[in-house]
Amino acid sequence: MNYVVLGAGPAGVTAAETLRSVDKNASITLIGGDGNEPPYSRMAIPYFIYGKIGEDGTHLRQENGHYDKLGIRFLNARAGGVDTKAKRLHLSGADTLPYDKLLIATGASPIIPRMAGANLDGVETCWTLDDSREILKHADRGAPVVLVGAGFIGSIILEALYLRGCKITVVELAPRMVARMMDETAGGMLGRWCRKKGVDVRVNTKVNGIRQGSDAPGAKLTVDLSDGAAIPASLVVLAVGVRSNIGFLVGSGIATNVGIKVDQFLRTSAPDVYAAGDCCEGLDLSTGKPDMLAIQPVAVEHGRIAALNMAGRPTPHLGSLNMNVLDTMGLISSSFGLWQGAPLGRTAKLIDEDKFKYLKLEFEGDRLVGAQCVGLTDHVGMLRGLIQTGLKLGIWRDRLLEAPERLREAYIAVAQGKPGFGPAQPHVNTPVPKVA
Amino acid sequence: MLKALVIDAGKCTGCKQCEMACSYVKEGEFNVAKSRIRVFDFHTEARFVPYTCTQCAEAWCQQACPVNAITTNADGIKIVHENLCVGCKVCTIACPFGTVNYNASTGKVIKCDLCLGSPACADACPTGAITFRDSEQAGFDKMRVWATQAAHGTTTQGPNTPAAKG
Repeated sequence: MNYVVLGAGPAGVTAAETLRSVDKNASITLIGGDGNEPPYSRMAIPYFIYGKIGEDGTHLRQENGHYDKLGIRFLNARAGGVDTKAKRLHLSGADTLPYDKLLIATGASPIIPRMAGANLDGVETCWTLDDSREILKHADRGAPVVLVGAGFIGSIILEALYLRGCKITVVELAPRMVARMMDETAGGMLGRWCRKKGVDVRVNTKVNGIRQGSDAPGAKLTVDLSDGAAIPASLVVLAVGVRSNIGFLVGSGIATNVGIKVDQFLRTSAPDVYAAGDCCEGLDLSTGKPDMLAIQPVAVEHGRIAALNMAGRPTPHLGSLNMNVLDTMGLISSSFGLWQGAPLGRTAKLIDEDKFKYLKLEFEGDRLVGAQCVGLTDHVGMLRGLIQTGLKLGIWRDRLLEAPERLREAYIAVAQGKPGFGPAQPHVNTPVPKVA
Repeated sequence: MLKALVIDAGKCTGCKQCEMACSYVKEGEFNVAKSRIRVFDFHTEARFVPYTCTQCAEAWCQQACPVNAITTNADGIKIVHENLCVGCKVCTIACPFGTVNYNASTGKVIKCDLCLGSPACADACPTGAITFRDSEQAGFDKMRVWATQAAHGTTTQGPNTPAAKG
């Protein structure tokens, strides 16, 4: 069997390793698309930017010769297209690569907003190792930096720039930070926290354009905002969102929407072609509908399940839980599942604005379906446990509505069963999606 | 043979010696907030439940780690490699048991590693609520299988799950 895995992010690497674990003799080719880089983690880039780790600390696997040892052929190339009839992958140059089974795990790329000056030197995205090397050239201590976008990724970059000692202005179109991860209360807390730390956060604000030149010392760019301000910058970082890398599939016959369409076995519409990770729309556990959940755990889940299916071990993907965790200059927040709440559901809230603490639980019937936390980190994984298992909370639902801080007690009581029961391991299942 | 931490909550008196021992051995200080094992206190029912990582076969934390900073050793113990951990905290939300926690003073995550084979909490427990025993004798594997079977649609195989031990 000749497996080709296109894309060497977490989904691709996990898939290649899983294929090897179930098929000792197959030929496995893993193709990276990022210059000459070894497979690395984009998630680790912010930590590289502020010097917590070196470049090699971003690598997905640390052991020298890891891929060779597993008999996985790793190469770097860009994909130009897929001939799904001849079962050949077209690569950069004139190379083509035949496959028996192909996994597309090409990930996503940052969206470049249409605005004047988006291509100037010093205007960067923060997505690849190469991007981060560029950012480091312009992000010295005290350097004025404008960060465009305060979503999840923007906010992670914000922390890295802050820890480098940059003088930061954040410009966000939405009325609050992390608008797609948390509600007004949490987003408001984050904004207030950032301003307290000396970051100039401007929500409901648009960037009209970026100009070369500035009168301010150390700046070489000027960013014009919809509120009339002209902000000097040595660096502008664009973080307004990402989109699936599917452009090369035009004409391949592989059906796409926002991402590649897949079925429950992560098969695309073309025979023997599968997809995993940010480039595809896998099932969202909470809604039972396809969605592009561009997060690390989902990529790994997809990669493993797609590989098992490719290797002839039918394994349905029953849905992934959307979840995020964010450290904003020391204020840690997280959100899980239907954090916006369920229709006709009930909500429990605990708010302490002064201490920057917030816990919000969303119930549907007597099950937990979503949650948000700010300033609370201990045992937060229990939230995933309760949401993903769909365990009935029984009497604990009302107790939590009254006192959400009893979450840990509720978890132990519900998941662990009765006392004296011995080492009953809390178990995790993946409920069948509600809507097919 | 694999050994497991066996917790019998019925014997726990809530003395928290396990938390003290854990934080002292792992952090060099008596600070229960940094203990890898925690005793949950059910006020209204006057009962206590010691709680820590079960070194689960799925290894959710390990699967979620973007830089391979969590690995499984030959004894099935999931270990956080401090030199590799970037402190992204994804494992803390991915672990459905909530047994990986973030330590703000080091900027890394912490979890139980069974003290690599001689857990201080079990030594410190005066009532036998926490013991470290052969997992087979403790019925732990059986319990684990049961728990897994009870879970619809779950497999015990993750991408980095170690091969089954004899």
